Amino acid sequence: MLGFILRRLASMVPLLIVISIVCFLIIQLPPGDWVTNYATQLYQMGETTSEEILDALRRQYGLGQPVYVQYWKWISGFPRGDFGVSMAYGNRPVSVLIGERFLLTVGISLATLVISWGIAIPIGVYSATHKYGLADYALSFVALVGVAIPSFLLALALLFVSVFFFNSPTVGGLFSPQYADAPWSLAKLVDFLKHLPIPLLVIGLGGTAGTMRVMRGNLLDILDMQFIQTARAKGLKERVVIWKHAVRIAINPLISRLGMYFPELFAGTVIVSIVLDLPTIGPMFLRALQGQDMYLAGTILFFSAALLIVGNLVADVVLALTDPRIRYD
Amino acid sequence: MSLANALKKLRPGYRPSPGAGLAEDEEAFRFLTLGELMWRKFARNRVAVLSAIVLMIFYLVMVLADFFAPYDMNHAHSDYLYCPPQVLRFVDEQGRFSPRPFVYPLKGERDLKTFRFVYKEDRTRKAYIHFFVQGDPYRVFGRELKLRFIGVQEGTLFLLGTDVRGRDQLSRIIMGSRISLTLGLAGVAISVFLGSVIGTVSGFYGGRLDDVIQRIIEFLRSFPTLPLWMALSAALPPDWPSHLVYLGIVVVLSFIGWTGLAREVRGKILALRETDYVLAAAGTGASASRLIFVHMIPSVASHIMVVATLSIPGMILGESALSFLGLGIKPPLTSWGLLLSQAQRVEVMRLYPWMLAPGVFISIVVLAFNFLGDGLRDAIDPFS
Repeated sequence: MLGFILRRLASMVPLLIVISIVCFLIIQLPPGDWVTNYATQLYQMGETTSEEILDALRRQYGLGQPVYVQYWKWISGFPRGDFGVSMAYGNRPVSVLIGERFLLTVGISLATLVISWGIAIPIGVYSATHKYGLADYALSFVALVGVAIPSFLLALALLFVSVFFFNSPTVGGLFSPQYADAPWSLAKLVDFLKHLPIPLLVIGLGGTAGTMRVMRGNLLDILDMQFIQTARAKGLKERVVIWKHAVRIAINPLISRLGMYFPELFAGTVIVSIVLDLPTIGPMFLRALQGQDMYLAGTILFFSAALLIVGNLVADVVLALTDPRIRYD
Repeated sequence: MSLANALKKLRPGYRPSPGAGLAEDEEAFRFLTLGELMWRKFARNRVAVLSAIVLMIFYLVMVLADFFAPYDMNHAHSDYLYCPPQVLRFVDEQGRFSPRPFVYPLKGERDLKTFRFVYKEDRTRKAYIHFFVQGDPYRVFGRELKLRFIGVQEGTLFLLGTDVRGRDQLSRIIMGSRISLTLGLAGVAISVFLGSVIGTVSGFYGGRLDDVIQRIIEFLRSFPTLPLWMALSAALPPDWPSHLVYLGIVVVLSFIGWTGLAREVRGKILALRETDYVLAAAGTGASASRLIFVHMIPSVASHIMVVATLSIPGMILGESALSFLGLGIKPPLTSWGLLLSQAQRVEVMRLYPWMLAPGVFISIVVLAFNFLGDGLRDAIDPFS
């Protein structure tokens, strides 16, 4: 097992290098650079800047250098945890900017994953064990529509419902204005917890329908198998048969989908975050792209691709732990 | 036509197995070709047929968008900013039924407390809906026309309300469908072309070429979709004219889109390559192009069609998401995603919920394509 992980990690290195090059090239694609973008912004605000200032800015960030030099400057900092500086966010290091939002982003993503699975798995199990019942048909129909409706529209719809029916002032943002920049305190925590449910539900319910369908389908397949019949025949309680024997196997495909969830942790939920004004990495990525803030945008793009690869590895390892039939040696 | 002949037409490589339920159905399918069987199976799926009809209506309206839109999409009714939808009525205040639908004209007043316009229906007058009326002019093939499908003689007709500048939402949605409904098709067309060519080459020739292609596909798929789409569309030059941006978005969407199809086609071709009938054809000296185009492509074609149909929704959603984020279609063109981006702020959603209407249209089209794709998938294998 350890050998497998090490081998996979080693094979990831060249892939990650190629990915970093491609990321950098994509980020470099737009004509002009951050300075031209900045100058346009200033111009639109009615200010003018001289060419000297712009050139000085270019020199400061090394924007005039050839692409490979800039790339090397960026990538050589990686082992030190230095991802360059963000030009749009007042010259602050990218690592700090991402770090600030990372905890919140990961926290929200994990919480929504728990909510999503917490709703989807019991419903999926119920649907499968009550196959072709009225409730199963109703749930399956809801899931079918839920799968077809794109998650960002579903989020908008849920948001609309929560705005319209609950009409609470705690929709949008994670903090009330007076707490936004305040240090953490009990009052701020309470305020935060009040704001939390709607984003979590809105994001969480998005993936629920798909998970539920997979769970139902898998469990139905498993329930037809002979070892389930054996378990029943030896007189085990139905609850044990379902949860201990069947669900344990039926949940495996969900675990292998877990890997796809990793990049979501990073740049996913962009749209919901923008609508709900959540201080996560997604909106920052959008802003960085629009402003050609290349180190920030490139680093986020690189990490979301890297996380997908790491996520797949983690999923494979977890799968091997939960399913004794899977061996990698 | 004998049963043997009918079976020959069914599927290449099909061998009748004795007694596999054929006897009782023999009369029924003796005269049916494979196409007819597929059609029958498809027609039995009511949801899929309904979806096909809905989509046909959407595309018909799209083609005649100028005609069906009540107003020019840029016509700003400056007295009607954020005007709520007017209700189409058949029964008036006194309970009298009128076969011709009508709306009550609206009167706008500024609320002096909130400084927002508030609209009241004027229940004393009725504005009847007329069909084939003269409205805002538009150009078709260089000729100026004024004929519009519906309109009112006096007042306004905002069936889905108006936006921040008083432009009719329904007209904008209908005009926006020209982008939203075609962009997905164009993206899928490119994906299908690339995917089937590369997939076929990869599966048919195998070896080193196959390895290289598979590594490239794996590499492209190691990027999460939405962030990559965002980065690529942010790379479209901002000074590009709208139609180039449109093409750019199509290319961005098909950049990853073809990989899934290429994999599926490769798998199918790999399996087909070993089937008896292909081996027989190869044995009689058929050329590679003959093997591919005459023997293999026809049997993957239906599969490709299904995968293509099922990938249209993803493309439509991709465009909506990008436009919603401000990275996609830009004014003066409009698309459903761009229209929906006006409802991005929670306050707008709270005060002017009709701005979410484009989302309903996106959902309907996406659902319809999904159901249609499912129906087609079941239909291409009429024996299951």
